[in-house]
Amino acid sequence: MLSRRSVLTGFAFLPVVARAAESYAIEPEQIAQGIWMVRGADAPIQPDNGGAIANIAIVDTPAGTVLIDCGPSLRYGLALKRVAEELTGKPVIRIYVTHLHPDHGFGLGAFDATRAAALPGTIAAMEAQGQGFSDAMYRILGDWMRGTDLLLPRIALTAGQEDFGGRTFRLLALSGHSSADLALLDEQTGLLMAGDLVFYNRAPSTPTADLPAWRASLDRLAALDHGALLPGHGPLDPGGTAAIVQTRDWLDWLDATLTDAVAAGLDMVEAGMLPIPDRFAGLAAARYELQRSVSHLYPGLEARLLPRVDRPD
Amino acid sequence: MKAMMALLLALIAAPGQAAQDYPADPLGSPMWRAHALTLFGHDPVRFDARVKVEFPAIAEDQRAFPVAIDARGIPGVRRMLLFADLNPIPVAIDYRPTHAAPYVATRIKLDQRTPVRGAVQLEDGQWLVSGGWIDAAGGGCSTPPISRVKGDWADHLGEIRGRAWPQRDGARLRLGFRHPMDTGLVANIATYHLDHLTVKDGDGQLLGDMDLWASVAEDPALTLMPDAPSGGRLLVEARDTNGRNYVARIDLARQSPIPARP
Repeated sequence: MLSRRSVLTGFAFLPVVARAAESYAIEPEQIAQGIWMVRGADAPIQPDNGGAIANIAIVDTPAGTVLIDCGPSLRYGLALKRVAEELTGKPVIRIYVTHLHPDHGFGLGAFDATRAAALPGTIAAMEAQGQGFSDAMYRILGDWMRGTDLLLPRIALTAGQEDFGGRTFRLLALSGHSSADLALLDEQTGLLMAGDLVFYNRAPSTPTADLPAWRASLDRLAALDHGALLPGHGPLDPGGTAAIVQTRDWLDWLDATLTDAVAAGLDMVEAGMLPIPDRFAGLAAARYELQRSVSHLYPGLEARLLPRVDRPD
Repeated sequence: MKAMMALLLALIAAPGQAAQDYPADPLGSPMWRAHALTLFGHDPVRFDARVKVEFPAIAEDQRAFPVAIDARGIPGVRRMLLFADLNPIPVAIDYRPTHAAPYVATRIKLDQRTPVRGAVQLEDGQWLVSGGWIDAAGGGCSTPPISRVKGDWADHLGEIRGRAWPQRDGARLRLGFRHPMDTGLVANIATYHLDHLTVKDGDGQLLGDMDLWASVAEDPALTLMPDAPSGGRLLVEARDTNGRNYVARIDLARQSPIPARP
């Protein structure tokens, strides 16, 4: 028979044991010669996915393994490193962090930060806002985040290119999804790794967006001679244009809809409940992202569109 | 001493004895009874889904969470309360839509996961209550307002933006004030918030008035539906806890309302 103490001790350990069992399933799918993607869940950051919602790319170069983004947590980064190095048989020599958001760059603790590279604007934004993002990730994800510290990439990139023993990436310094967004073109296969400038069949998120800049960046990507496109979220776009067109369509619709909503006198609550057109029916998390975008964009639109009515008392 | 103790006990026990049995809370909030006692006292209370308390599924910004209470499906509403059970400042707005449709929308602060409720009181005194839980990060009430951090709050204090649109019955009025709405829960910043607001028509008749607390978000935004004809004028007067007065005049357009994009 169990004593009261042993029962209590058992209960005390239960949650820990249950949580320690949670691990990330890292399953690379080949999308081009020497390039694999690890697909993120097309969902919000939530406990059932451990925050693994962003797509990650693993590239086998003659000089070593290159990663584009490294996931939401230390635990993810460690698993990614193991899987990637087993896959290529080469150590990770470069980690590109495409932008500041935590689902892309918080796995850095598993790697040598002196091999991590990002745009200067990304590094500055991570320094300024990373702690806030970290707090939010710990609150939502709990134990998934254990041991995750905010690390900054040590290499500040400029636009241009970087070569790894003959495999060359063209680096595009863009912005709009955030203050600094890196996109990479693999010269060998023409694969465009667009980061979160492009979403596909998953609604774009706007917490740090600048819509005109974002549109300009999409123009640059559309004009680029490229093949398939790996979006930051959603499936591979083999043709390379549909995902760009869809992202722009959503942003244009969002901008026009919220502008009209403010002009028509709708409250934020009502704007978040506006119908989403049928053509976006295939986009995961559409209502969720619309309501987030209302929160991000509405106050600015109100300040622009509602006239001053105060009178001296 | 004994007598004093007895008196004290009597006082402590008094509200509990005097209070009715409130209906069981469908949200299972630990604060339901305490708030019901304070807000509704002896008045009859029941939960009624016709009180529509609408808000987004996610609290993207715990400093400004949009909430609307729509009781237009209920005749005879004389008072509307917006409150969040687990906020340190639970009540955000107490609105009397004297000559206005029973609708109020605003943005509130959230300090943690909490029920957010709307309660409306009818002419006969009974309260109808509805609401739901929302998950939120902490700190909505206890972090400094953005304008305090930027340091420009005083430059914009008193700015009011707004517009009124005619709609089928009456008008739709949107207002946005610049005000820090200090909660008093941030170190060395005293409580300072808009605390009263009235809406009158062009003849000075009162259409609605409300009390506000610092759990209303910084730069308070309001949507109301006063009874005012197209082409009419609305006068908004407000006051804050320092006694500063705010006045706005809004002319209603004569044209029909712009339909929202489908």
